[in-house]
Amino acid sequence: MASAKISSNKKSMSEEKKDMISGYLYIAPFFIIFAVIGLYPALFSMFLAFQKWNGLAPMEFVGLHNFKIVLMDPLFWKSLYNTIIIALMGTAPQLVIGIILAFLLNLSFLRFRNFFRVTIFMPYITSMVAVALIFSVLFSNHESSLANYTLGLFGFDPVNWGASEWGTKIAISVMVFWRWVGYNTIIYLAGIQSISNDLYEAATIDGANKFQQLIHITMPLLKPFIILTVFFSTVGSLQLFAEPTVFLGASAFTRDEAMTVVMYLYRDAFKLQSFGTASATAVILLVIIILFSAINTLATSGFGRKKKGA
Amino acid sequence: MSQQAGSKKFSPGRIFIYLFLSLASLLSLFPFYWMFVMATRPSAAYNSIPPTITPGNLLVDNFQKVLGAIDFFRAMGNTVILCISVTLVVLIISSLAGYAFAKFKFPGKNGLFIAILLTMVIPPQLGLIPQYYLIAEAGLLDTLQGVAVLFFLNPLGIFLMRQYVSNSVPDELIEAAKLDGCSNFRIYRSIALPIILPAFATLGIIVFTAVWGEFLWQFTILRDPEMYTIQVALATLSNTFNIDFGMIMSGVFWATVPLIIIFLLFNRLFISSITEGAVK
Repeated sequence: MASAKISSNKKSMSEEKKDMISGYLYIAPFFIIFAVIGLYPALFSMFLAFQKWNGLAPMEFVGLHNFKIVLMDPLFWKSLYNTIIIALMGTAPQLVIGIILAFLLNLSFLRFRNFFRVTIFMPYITSMVAVALIFSVLFSNHESSLANYTLGLFGFDPVNWGASEWGTKIAISVMVFWRWVGYNTIIYLAGIQSISNDLYEAATIDGANKFQQLIHITMPLLKPFIILTVFFSTVGSLQLFAEPTVFLGASAFTRDEAMTVVMYLYRDAFKLQSFGTASATAVILLVIIILFSAINTLATSGFGRKKKGA
Repeated sequence: MSQQAGSKKFSPGRIFIYLFLSLASLLSLFPFYWMFVMATRPSAAYNSIPPTITPGNLLVDNFQKVLGAIDFFRAMGNTVILCISVTLVVLIISSLAGYAFAKFKFPGKNGLFIAILLTMVIPPQLGLIPQYYLIAEAGLLDTLQGVAVLFFLNPLGIFLMRQYVSNSVPDELIEAAKLDGCSNFRIYRSIALPIILPAFATLGIIVFTAVWGEFLWQFTILRDPEMYTIQVALATLSNTFNIDFGMIMSGVFWATVPLIIIFLLFNRLFISSITEGAVK
């Protein structure tokens, strides 16, 4: 290749130029669409966060006033609290159960492996709207709903799933858990399969049982995959919208037990026409997402490191 | 060694593992089964104690009620058109950009690639209000084009395509084609595209399912029932205070069955596409 370049320097120069032009042309569609429908709206939201605007009247610059309104609104803090509680209850157990399931699915003696894999992954293919509707029947307020009936078998009182402080949160967390646990299991399984079998064989020879192998081999080597799923779960659960909106149906935006930050944003924008405060909320959400994903990612990688040291 | 494994076949540990996995499978499948049961029962069935857990005979009746409440087939049609067109556009945009990042040299390449990855961090809700106004200004409210545009942005697609092109399209092949006088675009179209088709399947599944299940943006842009996608149409089923569970579950059931069939046919492809999408 080098000799060809020297022998026909002029030709390769023009070819380099052609490649350069092609390169820019090929990536242009993404950047053009991104500029119009991604970057510009994001920047405009940041501008709008400092304006008072109802969508019709001229905008009025109000400085930090919108942020003050949002941050002084108890309903905003309630929505943030709801989001974090549901995120924790819905996604943290996925981590533990997902790793255990992936570990079991990878055991060499396991039969019906593909059957288990497919069934455990299947909830992921339903949409969030479908999940919310199915669970609104399973977790209806009626005494005879399957959730309440099951509780009754164990001697518990029926729960008002659609209207109580913890009922709504638990029901929505269960939906999130049910839909995503198989997805995370598959990612962990891919991670586990990248771990060399020799390590397990050596551990078996040294007399380590399956549980010890899980703790001392699988968990530490799975760390990059755990960080990845923690990152995705954090970002995803802070954006929770479809599940509570559909689960609560007609009363979704009038009650506060399951109002999430994105629902709060949507309500300000499209129910109350208060675009300034809605944009301020969007900017606050951006900061929260960056903050939380950074904290969670650091905490997860720190957790592994400590473990190795100990 | 094998003898040891044989003697362990029915150990309590193994039985526990099978029980645990069976329970997980059962819990995964049960809501699907329950959806089917309710779709075949009158709404009153959910009031009965103990709860009904066997199918009834109202599968058709309940679906007729769905057809009375929403334009089911139109909503499904809208969704299919939306998903297919978004998928095609994303495949073209991503493969072009991925090919460029893998095979061309141009100033600023690395910086631009990192910029694309960084766009993944922006939460989609940040620009929601201006995006709504842009679509409104363009006269695209209540249109599938208005919904589709936002999904064209898919940084993950470019990332996957770049990986795949660098690993599977040999430089020698491109050099040889160039010596034969092939234009860059012709090389992309006639040489690279056939090689990267498997990656199209992977990315296609990721994009198709993501658009199919998305709700917030579709819910924001589509207000006219004629233009509803299936997610928005299903959501309206529970929007009244007088809820008919048999009808709702029938709607969900018929909207989910096509996906279940596609999934069972291509489950290997589905599962590998998710791991490739997430892991790489």
